[in-house]
Amino acid sequence: MSEQQTVGFTVNGERHTVSVPTRELLVHTLRERLHLTGTHIGCDSSHCGACTVDLNGRSVKSCTVLTVQAQNAEVLTVEGLAGPDGLHPLQEGFREEHGLQCGFCTPGMLVRAYRFLQENPDPDEDQIRTGMAGNLCRCTGYQNIVKAIRYAAEKQTAGSV
Amino acid sequence: MIPPSFAYRAPASLKEALALIDESGDDAKFLAGGHSLLPMMKFRVSEPAVLIDLGGVPELQGIREAGDRIHIGPMSTENEIIGSALLQQKCPLLPEVARWIADPQVRNRGTIGGDVAHGDPANDHPAVMLALEADFVLRSSQGERVVPANEFYFGTYFTAMEANEVLAEIRVPVLGPGTGYAYKKLKRKTGDFAIAAACVLLTLDRGICKRIAITLTNVGPTPLRASAAEQALTGKAIDDAAVENAAQLAMQICDPAEDLRGDKEYKTHMAGEMVRRAIRQALERAKEAK
Repeated sequence: MSEQQTVGFTVNGERHTVSVPTRELLVHTLRERLHLTGTHIGCDSSHCGACTVDLNGRSVKSCTVLTVQAQNAEVLTVEGLAGPDGLHPLQEGFREEHGLQCGFCTPGMLVRAYRFLQENPDPDEDQIRTGMAGNLCRCTGYQNIVKAIRYAAEKQTAGSV
Repeated sequence: MIPPSFAYRAPASLKEALALIDESGDDAKFLAGGHSLLPMMKFRVSEPAVLIDLGGVPELQGIREAGDRIHIGPMSTENEIIGSALLQQKCPLLPEVARWIADPQVRNRGTIGGDVAHGDPANDHPAVMLALEADFVLRSSQGERVVPANEFYFGTYFTAMEANEVLAEIRVPVLGPGTGYAYKKLKRKTGDFAIAAACVLLTLDRGICKRIAITLTNVGPTPLRASAAEQALTGKAIDDAAVENAAQLAMQICDPAEDLRGDKEYKTHMAGEMVRRAIRQALERAKEAK
């Protein structure tokens, strides 16, 4: 018998209450109960970063967080990045700089880069590579991902002046 | 992969956590950051009936100075260790080590206490705790005891901690200004465990090695202390021949498990190289500090 618990949390600004088995992983709740399928499951073992979401203002791998651990949490997924005016500067950067090919890793890249640019708004290439070290991409060779994040950093820094 | 079923408890105090482990029996486990335990549960290597999440226990948080020691709350995440101004100033070895662990996301969840108490010889903090001669405060509903790190590790996943105990505090020394330190880790990629790693702490007295600690990660069933190598250097000027001698002595105690990271010979050789590099860096830092 698997134990159920009720978990209340906010996802992309919207309050949700779900009843889940205690063993359910956050990534499954997001994808299968809330139908937010932008968050991907890659390795399922906290290596690849495709499942990265923002949990209480920190990047985490949602394949290695239990939903019951997200009680009262604020969660941001890739679906929450774009605003009413269109794409987030990071999304625009990934489009302009060809920061993706197959796109599987992209949601995790975007959500991690979003938090990374809050932590370090004007990073150099080395800092980007270190800050993004928890996200794997098998297509791009990372070169254009670095450029895309620099694109967003420049746009955001310019916008905030 | 989804872990097997379990009952989940989230105590709000240490007292409540210790009462819960007492009433839950042998099949209960404490959950820290979950970045070792949850993967093990997914693989059915561990199947606790009750998980007691320590995430909401305030007594296990925080990093404080207490005289010539620093008291670290075991639920401090690796990123909190990296971001601690106190540790950066008083025990910079720990933030340096934490930067070598996993990746930014994992460091937001993984805790120093989990890393220390899990008993996995591949974890990085245990060897560092041996070199620092840290003390571990273990608490149960029966009371408290303090176990030196150097008496804590018995074997792989086998430590001095009883099933009803929790690691309540990690106590490390403030490093004096003349102390050189280094942690050298060889790994294949971000997120992987060490092929081999070495920690060195040393103090000099007019160019002579007054005290040195040399410890090793992931080349035996527990973290290892290279006592013979330490003794060979103590009281001597550390020149190239002395470094080489210490590396050879450290390699003699290595007994690594063979796996995809390499065979015994390769890992032992790499451990020796990490010892050489760690001694050299610690020596440079000790000299700079003078």
